[in-house]
Amino acid sequence: MREVAVIGVGMSQWGELWKKSLRQIFVDAALAAIGDAGVDKIDSMYVGCMSSGLFVGQEHLASLLADYVGVAGISAARVESACASGGVAFRSGYIEVASGISDIVLVGGVEKMTDVSGDGATYALATAADQEYEGYQGVTFPGLYAMMASDHMRRFGTTREQIAHVAVKNHKHGAMNPRAQYPYEITVDAVLKSVLVADPLRILDCSPITDGAAAVILCPLDAAKKFTKKPLIKVTGSGSSTDTIALHDREDFCEFAATKRAAERAYKMAGVGPSDISLAEVHDCFTIAEICVIEALGFVERGEGGKAAESGLTALGGRIPVNTSGGLKSKGHPVGATGVAQIVEITEQLRGESGKRQVKGARRGLTQNMGGTGGSTVVHILEVA
Amino acid sequence: MFPARYWREIPQRYRLEAEKCKRCGRICFPPRSKCPKCGSMEFDAVRLSEGGVVRTFTVIRVAPSQFSDQAPYAVGIVELDGGVKITTQIVDCPLDKIHVGQKVRVEFRRIQEDGSAGILCYGYKCVPVS
Repeated sequence: MREVAVIGVGMSQWGELWKKSLRQIFVDAALAAIGDAGVDKIDSMYVGCMSSGLFVGQEHLASLLADYVGVAGISAARVESACASGGVAFRSGYIEVASGISDIVLVGGVEKMTDVSGDGATYALATAADQEYEGYQGVTFPGLYAMMASDHMRRFGTTREQIAHVAVKNHKHGAMNPRAQYPYEITVDAVLKSVLVADPLRILDCSPITDGAAAVILCPLDAAKKFTKKPLIKVTGSGSSTDTIALHDREDFCEFAATKRAAERAYKMAGVGPSDISLAEVHDCFTIAEICVIEALGFVERGEGGKAAESGLTALGGRIPVNTSGGLKSKGHPVGATGVAQIVEITEQLRGESGKRQVKGARRGLTQNMGGTGGSTVVHILEVA
Repeated sequence: MFPARYWREIPQRYRLEAEKCKRCGRICFPPRSKCPKCGSMEFDAVRLSEGGVVRTFTVIRVAPSQFSDQAPYAVGIVELDGGVKITTQIVDCPLDKIHVGQKVRVEFRRIQEDGSAGILCYGYKCVPVS
């Protein structure tokens, strides 16, 4: 296998982008990535998108987007794995370059979620759960994560305040990210007083409905210097795993087994462990998710995830900064784009381009992107070459 | 909901029909072609137990449109005797009285209405037992 580098990144402003269509949002990010990489051709493209069919009534997405990026004729495929679509698309692009089949691959992620009503968006997102045996009974996505939160609180003594600290921390980071949907700080008190969605989770525990896209350009490491003078960022680990998509079919309701397995595979491939990671972007679709994810990644012991945000361990300046971009909570969560945007944030951090939220001396970053309640997970490790 | 899609799941939703692996004894609900535990493809038909225990739960305050007239309502993961776990509403008791470890019984109930002109959808819900 060839070594692979990320040589270009692009990301549009995220938020409620009423003036822009799905294709325009994607093209903005893709052209930014192509410009950043300095490439003049693309061999192949992968698009991470969860549900353009339900959100805007458009399938056959990869060909449409290749056409509008101006590269019609290339190989292009859409990748779907619910909210992990972007991360799995990145892995597909990585494998294609590593294998030698293609040299320059564009990996983009996109979701246009505000062209349907709130109820329509909730319905589209709910399709990531087991429709016949979870959704049919009236459980929602916040409801499924709420059951994880209850389990974690009961078994490990995690407090409601500790869970709120995840949102507070990520908004603090996001306030320094000009592309974030909600770039402002919130307080623990505001979280605890916000509207109850599914006990014990409140609206400020939930990531928002977002329009947005992100894109990156991959090429063989040994060819990368031809295109860019920026620091070369190498992909050193890639791991992917699945789990039952029904939460009730798992032995343990608040342990992300797929994240554990994906991380083990990525760590092994990169020859590193959790303590070697400078910073991480993880899937905080709900506050409780970040708590369970950092445990599964090995950043903290099992049951200790709640204390990490409260103590500052996972904040900028802490031992392992998590979600310096603001995470899904503050930056926004256009589901198919999220996994690619995580790669954008880590790449910029490793290049030293992150401004006020720069992690000093960052050498190695990790991304963790998951679908549904953890039925799919993909983990990547990137390093300064 | 398209009627055929609803109709296909009736054996499970109305009658709790499951299958037990002939080799390892694992009960699959809904039935599967291949046992996820041992890989065997031979099963005996069984019916799930109607008794169980609440393992975790939540109260849905913001509900999908077809459930909005029921909100707030409790949903939990119930482990039935025999080990199968199901996601189900927990009904017929005050929301603040539900707790992990509570014993419940499966009952046949109306689950949702498919709009004003669509089909009525039935299935299982759990009620506490003392």
